[in-house]
Amino acid sequence: MADSKAQSVAFVRKTPIPQAPPPISEAGPLAWIRTNLFSGVFNSILTIIAFYVVIRFVMGVFPWFYNGVWDASSIRECKDKLDGLTGGCFAVLADRWDHLLFGFSYPPEGYWRIVLSFVLLMVAAAPLLFANLPRKMLYFTGFFPFLAYWLIWGGSIWVSMTLLAIIIATGFIYRLVAIQIDVEMRKIVAMGIGAICGVGLAYLLYLGASELSFIAGSIGTEGIVALIANKAFWAASIFTYVFFIPMGIFIGYAIYNSYEDGGLVSVVAALLFFGVAISYLVGPIWMGVNFILPIELEAVASRDMGGFMLNMVLGTVCVSLSIPLGIVLALGRQSDMPLIKGVCVVFIEFIRGVPLITLLFVANVMLAYFLPPSSNFDLILRVIIMITMFSAAYIAEVIRGGLAALPKGQYEAADSLGLNYNQATQLIILPQALKISIPGIVNVAVGLFKDTTLVSIISMFDLVGMIRGPIQNSTEWISVYWEVYGFGALLFFVVCYSISQYSQWLERQLATDHR
Amino acid sequence: MTNTATETQPSGMQISDEVAIEIKNMNKWYGTFHVLRDIDLTVQRGERIVICGPSGSGKSTLIRCINALEEHQKGSITVDGTLLSSDLKNIDKIRSEVGMCFQHFNLFPHLTILENCTLAPIWVRKIPKKEAEETAMYFLEKVKIPDQANKYPGQLSGGQQQRVAIARSLCMRPRIMLFDEPTSALDPEMIKEVLDTMIQLAEEGMTMLCVTHEMGFARQVANRVIFMDAGQIVEQNAPEPFFTNPQSDRTKLFLSQILGH
Repeated sequence: MADSKAQSVAFVRKTPIPQAPPPISEAGPLAWIRTNLFSGVFNSILTIIAFYVVIRFVMGVFPWFYNGVWDASSIRECKDKLDGLTGGCFAVLADRWDHLLFGFSYPPEGYWRIVLSFVLLMVAAAPLLFANLPRKMLYFTGFFPFLAYWLIWGGSIWVSMTLLAIIIATGFIYRLVAIQIDVEMRKIVAMGIGAICGVGLAYLLYLGASELSFIAGSIGTEGIVALIANKAFWAASIFTYVFFIPMGIFIGYAIYNSYEDGGLVSVVAALLFFGVAISYLVGPIWMGVNFILPIELEAVASRDMGGFMLNMVLGTVCVSLSIPLGIVLALGRQSDMPLIKGVCVVFIEFIRGVPLITLLFVANVMLAYFLPPSSNFDLILRVIIMITMFSAAYIAEVIRGGLAALPKGQYEAADSLGLNYNQATQLIILPQALKISIPGIVNVAVGLFKDTTLVSIISMFDLVGMIRGPIQNSTEWISVYWEVYGFGALLFFVVCYSISQYSQWLERQLATDHR
Repeated sequence: MTNTATETQPSGMQISDEVAIEIKNMNKWYGTFHVLRDIDLTVQRGERIVICGPSGSGKSTLIRCINALEEHQKGSITVDGTLLSSDLKNIDKIRSEVGMCFQHFNLFPHLTILENCTLAPIWVRKIPKKEAEETAMYFLEKVKIPDQANKYPGQLSGGQQQRVAIARSLCMRPRIMLFDEPTSALDPEMIKEVLDTMIQLAEEGMTMLCVTHEMGFARQVANRVIFMDAGQIVEQNAPEPFFTNPQSDRTKLFLSQILGH
């Protein structure tokens, strides 16, 4: 009795049970149909309805494609060829193919330049997108923007090459001051830079003060509001007058005093060089070199850019500029320094509170009022600045979300190992925060790319602008809607879907948490 | 107090007269809440100190003040002769001399185990990559997980992760190690492997401050046990007298509760 009871409680498996194939109702196509399409009465009804909708849709759309006319010179000829049948008039795409892609005033003999830039863009983007490609390709990526600018806008190659040279030289000057010279030498450099900055700042403040007193003088003292404004401007100008010398001395001394560390001195030295070189050296250098070795393409003005090419240019440039700017803004918003934090918060909240289209109007119309009449500030450049600021504000908020999602322990671990702020941010915080932010960043990037069509409102002839303007207003293709807008949608879909697929692939590549 | 500690030393663990950490009259507030009150503590080089106490008594805050993860408002902390002030240079210097292990390991999940261990030596100490990797492998062997070097932290068990965290700190060749409840987030089986690593470290003469509730560990390796309550040091003594003959009522109550079951 006691024995059998013990046996029923204690149990030891001697032979393992082998794995057996599942019954037929659990595997194979029949089982798949049953579980996925007809798993219950309600789901069966839904399946049948869905099939009906899909079939009706295909039956409606198929003849439109099948009967489509590809060879005609106007909508009238299309209608004649169709002879009452349902069918698309795709001949508009064939007829206006170049206009849709390159705009209507880009010189046709220069189309190869745009195609070449596009192909090279793929080569330049590859090492950024795929980590297993040779890192040396990044040199081409750095070179590409300058090359592409020359290819698309034409003119002398030496304009963009001079710019590139100045940027490289700025980097060298930074390295030279920060690392390569010894402390004694840097002390002398710091003294020079401190003096220049101090005098420059004092001079700027002096100019500001005279401007303020000039305004005060022109307001007059009629009425209480004018009186207050007058007094306020006088006060501000006197304040500036009183402070410009001490302020200049203080800033100059602060720069000089930080020579031991090298960080501030080298950044100021590099910026100073960059500012001077951009203002005074670009013109003489490129003209000089071009005189000796002229390499030129036919110059194309910004107003002649158009078609899908314009969307691609705006999209690529704005995305690649707004991601770094967004990172800086997100980090700035997390800063302990109230001034930096304040500037970033105000910038982000202002931009996010304003529709993109108003910013574009500002770029198009308003800036012309603010800038001196002689300044020739390129329209595309203005639009690029506005779209970049707009998307950078959104990307900053996405990245801030990624930063907030990191456990505090990651910051503490980095601190406890003695990493400084730059190292911790660059090696520990950003790689993880950006990884979390990928879906959000891609979301903004895709949205931004599609938003580039808004420039059609400020009379730029991008893909949508081309369709709305020159194509639909022409006598041959009046009232063609589905074919051209469908084609536009297809182009955007191809690009956006590729971006989305890439980002999903990237997320899988970067997954190291094995949850 | 330190004298009695030296006398009850297990053999093989030497304490020098050199002062590693000196905390004088240190006070800290979180807003209006007074977390640490008049802390005075001197740690000799080679000493191993266990800090225990009820939760919220300020013991984690105390050791986090030592490498400036928390800021103290009054008093002074001197680590290895460097006064801890708001000067960033001093803070970075102290942090690179003081290793720390956290309750939740805080490994970097996007880097492999080896990269976790070589990151700080390469970037802070400016050691060549190859040399840093050799050092990392040496310490990973010491904590008995060299074969996991190319895995990511997420693929390791909790105990293994904590041992990697210890190895990561050791790769900076710190002179002092701080442990902030290193075993509280671990299964009982894994606690032992981490404690074994810590005991091994103690036997090699590392200066250690451990916030822990592992009283067996305290008895075996500590020179001194510090009991904290409500932000103050209530009692400190060598482990034997501390456990067998606690002086204050608060300590007696605490010990009866954690040793009772």
